[in-house]
Amino acid sequence: MSGLASYLIFFVITATFYALLCLPLNLQWGMTGLMNVGITGFFGIGGYAAALLTGPDYPGSFGGFGLPVPVGYVGGMAIAAGVALIVGGPALRLREDFLAIATFGFSAVVYLVSLNFNGLTRGADGLYGLPKPFAGYGLSNFMENLATLCFLLAVLGLVYAALEAMARSPWGRVVRAIRENEEAAEALGKNVFSYRLQSFVLGSAVMGLSGALYASFIGYFSPQDFLPMMIFQVYAMVIIGGGGNNRGAIAGAFIVWGFWSSSGAIIAASLPATLHTQSGAIRVILIGLLLALMLLFRPQGVFPERRVVSRDAELTDAK
Amino acid sequence: MLQYVAEGVIFGSIIALGAIGLSLVYNIMRFPNFAHGDFISIGAYWGVFIAGLLVGMGAPVAPFSFGWSMLPALLLAMAASVAIALVVDRALYRPIDRRGGDRKTLIIAAFAASIMLRNAIVIIYGPGDHYFTQAIQLAKPFLPGVRVTNDEVFVVCVAVVAVIALHMFLTHTSRGKQLRATAENPTLASINGIDVASVYRLTWILSTGLAALAGVSFGIIQQIRPEMGFDLLLPMFAALILGGVTSIYGAIFAGVIVGVAESLSVMLWAAEYKQAVSFVVVVLILMIRPHGLFGEKP
Repeated sequence: MSGLASYLIFFVITATFYALLCLPLNLQWGMTGLMNVGITGFFGIGGYAAALLTGPDYPGSFGGFGLPVPVGYVGGMAIAAGVALIVGGPALRLREDFLAIATFGFSAVVYLVSLNFNGLTRGADGLYGLPKPFAGYGLSNFMENLATLCFLLAVLGLVYAALEAMARSPWGRVVRAIRENEEAAEALGKNVFSYRLQSFVLGSAVMGLSGALYASFIGYFSPQDFLPMMIFQVYAMVIIGGGGNNRGAIAGAFIVWGFWSSSGAIIAASLPATLHTQSGAIRVILIGLLLALMLLFRPQGVFPERRVVSRDAELTDAK
Repeated sequence: MLQYVAEGVIFGSIIALGAIGLSLVYNIMRFPNFAHGDFISIGAYWGVFIAGLLVGMGAPVAPFSFGWSMLPALLLAMAASVAIALVVDRALYRPIDRRGGDRKTLIIAAFAASIMLRNAIVIIYGPGDHYFTQAIQLAKPFLPGVRVTNDEVFVVCVAVVAVIALHMFLTHTSRGKQLRATAENPTLASINGIDVASVYRLTWILSTGLAALAGVSFGIIQQIRPEMGFDLLLPMFAALILGGVTSIYGAIFAGVIVGVAESLSVMLWAAEYKQAVSFVVVVLILMIRPHGLFGEKP
């Protein structure tokens, strides 16, 4: 019983980290129409920022400030936001798909730096021994995970509430207008570039927060924690859940993570251990197939976007 | 210094071959094809498969490290890769496009295709390295201060021949002209009776054929891995943007520049950061000269 409960807690914790990437991607991609392919870059930067700010001193490398854990969260968000400003600025002024290419390059560079810049990231060894928020209170392992779960769900709820409020605000209507018709939004006097940049920076900051939370709960952060595969998973989650719908984005994280975990277990059980790499590849192909079928037959996702208008406006059906 | 330039030109010729296809698809289908790199890998693996069938022709022919089997392997690998690209187009991109899916949906579809194709290779061939030949070729003096292998010279020559052939095709045949017209203005092209669907098909044939050629070439001078093509995606995108997205010739020239820049970068910083050069190129170009070296000003 307690084994199953532990597993469930672990499952929900992991899915929540993904949901905290899906919500900001839904803001950027679902609402504003920005192709951010640099998800892992911002997650990684947030994780390393938190690790360096709060972590212990490692011989021969930078960091070891030993600051309180919450400083790591704020720092991870702030540094991710700053980097998003630098990357997004030049890319967003131009065609929309330049952002996809620039952020794709960005995530590759973050990965490269994390793997090779030993003086900062300790390379493949990673940063270890990071302070966990609920350690040191004499809690059992199970209780500590439970506390983590509650805390993460609270953060998820807060982020959801904030993003949902934004989506319903005038700001949210402008970014969706930009997504639907850039020229029309521009003709209404909206500064398209500025709104896009705001959405991009805000979303990337939340991705940084996700990385920071992840680093502090696992207590360890290395390049293995944000492989390029993650970009694809998060997109699959948002699209399968329903682009443009915040609840859909959260649901997508749980659906796809559930599919991913269970397919892994089924494949591992049905294939001999010698085919270990192949079974990993089969799992990835299954997710790819799921996403492709979704794009073909239900592009709006499981929970489609709902029409959101100002509460002062009267909803009249144009048809 | 000169040695680095030579190595950059060799690598750059492969990037250029790949960037042509990226540019063709970008200008005709109008989306950055994130699956393009994986067709480079597919080409290389088809090459391994076909060369493996032609064991009788595998004995190395002086002065190269590979045998006569390389020529049929090259051509058949191109054809087989094109077939896969056409299937992906028919099964995925066309239906999405028909349902009014926008470019963002197509980019995601390309992502899905990329990850499925790459992992299909892992299932069939495993994650490890493959080689066309175990023979080791010594680099010989080519110019003062430059040593290259005969294989590398062959690869650059093949790329040059392919680019010339492409140029002749685009400028001297009516199919080539139709393709350029569609790239310039698809609506006007279809009004003038150009069959846009067949131009799309032609685009996949050319872009994937050249990608497969790049893959086999890369396989001749390096090891063949499932991620080899995906890793080339960023340099190819850098070439696309540096060349000015609208110009195919720009992409070719910029591909060589990116290759040389990456090779020369080892004089500035550690070789591990080589791949970051493409990102630096992308960001600099976006900031300083967004229309690229040869693109039209917006």
